Amino acid sequence: MSDRREPLFSAKNRKLLTAPLSKENPITIQVLGICSALAVTVKLEPAFVMALSVTAVLAVGNVVISLLRKTIAPRIRIIVQLVVIAALVILVDQVLKAFVYDVSKQLSVFVGLIITNCIIMGRFEAFAMSNKVWPSFLDGLGNAAGYGWILIVVAFFRELLGSGTIWGYKVIPQGFYDFGYKDNGLMILPPMALIVVGIIIWVQRNKDKELIEEN
Amino acid sequence: MENLINIFVKSIFIDNMIFAYFLGMCSYLAVSKTVKTSVGLGIAVVFVLGITVPVDYLINNYLLAPGALVWIDKSLADVDLSFLSFIIFIAVIASMVQLVEMVIEKFSPALYSSLGIFLPLIAVNCAILGGSLFMQEREYVNIAEATSFGLGSGVGWFLAIVGIAAIREKIKYSNVPAPLRGLGITFIITGLMGIAFMSFMGIKL
Repeated sequence: MSDRREPLFSAKNRKLLTAPLSKENPITIQVLGICSALAVTVKLEPAFVMALSVTAVLAVGNVVISLLRKTIAPRIRIIVQLVVIAALVILVDQVLKAFVYDVSKQLSVFVGLIITNCIIMGRFEAFAMSNKVWPSFLDGLGNAAGYGWILIVVAFFRELLGSGTIWGYKVIPQGFYDFGYKDNGLMILPPMALIVVGIIIWVQRNKDKELIEEN
Repeated sequence: MENLINIFVKSIFIDNMIFAYFLGMCSYLAVSKTVKTSVGLGIAVVFVLGITVPVDYLINNYLLAPGALVWIDKSLADVDLSFLSFIIFIAVIASMVQLVEMVIEKFSPALYSSLGIFLPLIAVNCAILGGSLFMQEREYVNIAEATSFGLGSGVGWFLAIVGIAAIREKIKYSNVPAPLRGLGITFIITGLMGIAFMSFMGIKL
């Protein structure tokens, strides 16, 4: 035991929380968890609920795996991880069904698909299996936040341009429509989610030249 | 029979796993650098979806769905185990993938050596779990329909990954803006392919 304890929010721990927001963003850089990210972004509300659900599963799951890390035999770790995730996702699913039934209907299978969301397995493998509880918790929060903000940005633009609303409220004044403005129906369709994420990646890498890939 | 073909075609083109639901994107983006490897992964996905969807169909209808346990005893008619479906499905998928791997290794070493590394990856491919969950949600009436849905979704995924791999091989020779290289342009191409696939909407046999 070291006699000098690390402060709860040391520079290293703060970095765990903030790096996934930009430089190590799970979606745009690590390419994890795209599957569920795109399908739930037609409207802000489901995107927000999805982001919260992933945060809950990832933060709690990281803590659980980190607590268990010394007892899990390496050969069976994948199945242990899957069981932990599946149990947490069942909890989240039941909570959603109980409190926000409409949103849970909209999310349909995508709540279940948090199980195979690669962010979660990826963080368990890459971080929680080899780190202490508190940093793992922060890492979980940070990565979920990095995932969440992309989701919310994509949903914001798709909802604004696609249906002229934000969180279900009309924000584009009726006058615009009288002048012939039309909602862009294409934004609601699935392919536009991909293109919006593509544009976010473009903007991000344009700002931060280090992230540019070789073809 | 017509109904089966209809489900098959619909799940390939209209409800395409990648373009309509974004399932299996992680491996789709990671493994689509060359056509050869993407063909391998695509075949493995068709294979596994074709097996797990019907198996999960049986489990869902005879164990999990509300009232599914009636065949054991009449008194179990109002038991509803459907909240367990996530954990059961993922367990079935993980064990099926393992089983398929062992069977292929035993009977066709050539196929095994080409699919080998992809099979374990598939257990955490969202397309597979998604297939089972959609099967549960859409309530197919018999196992033949579920199977044709599973195979169709697999073939749709296969087409998508082979298509993007072919485009990515060619795009190496073009002058893509630097910040878009790699991931960015792949996203945008996938979006454009998705728009193209939408022209199949409304097809009914």
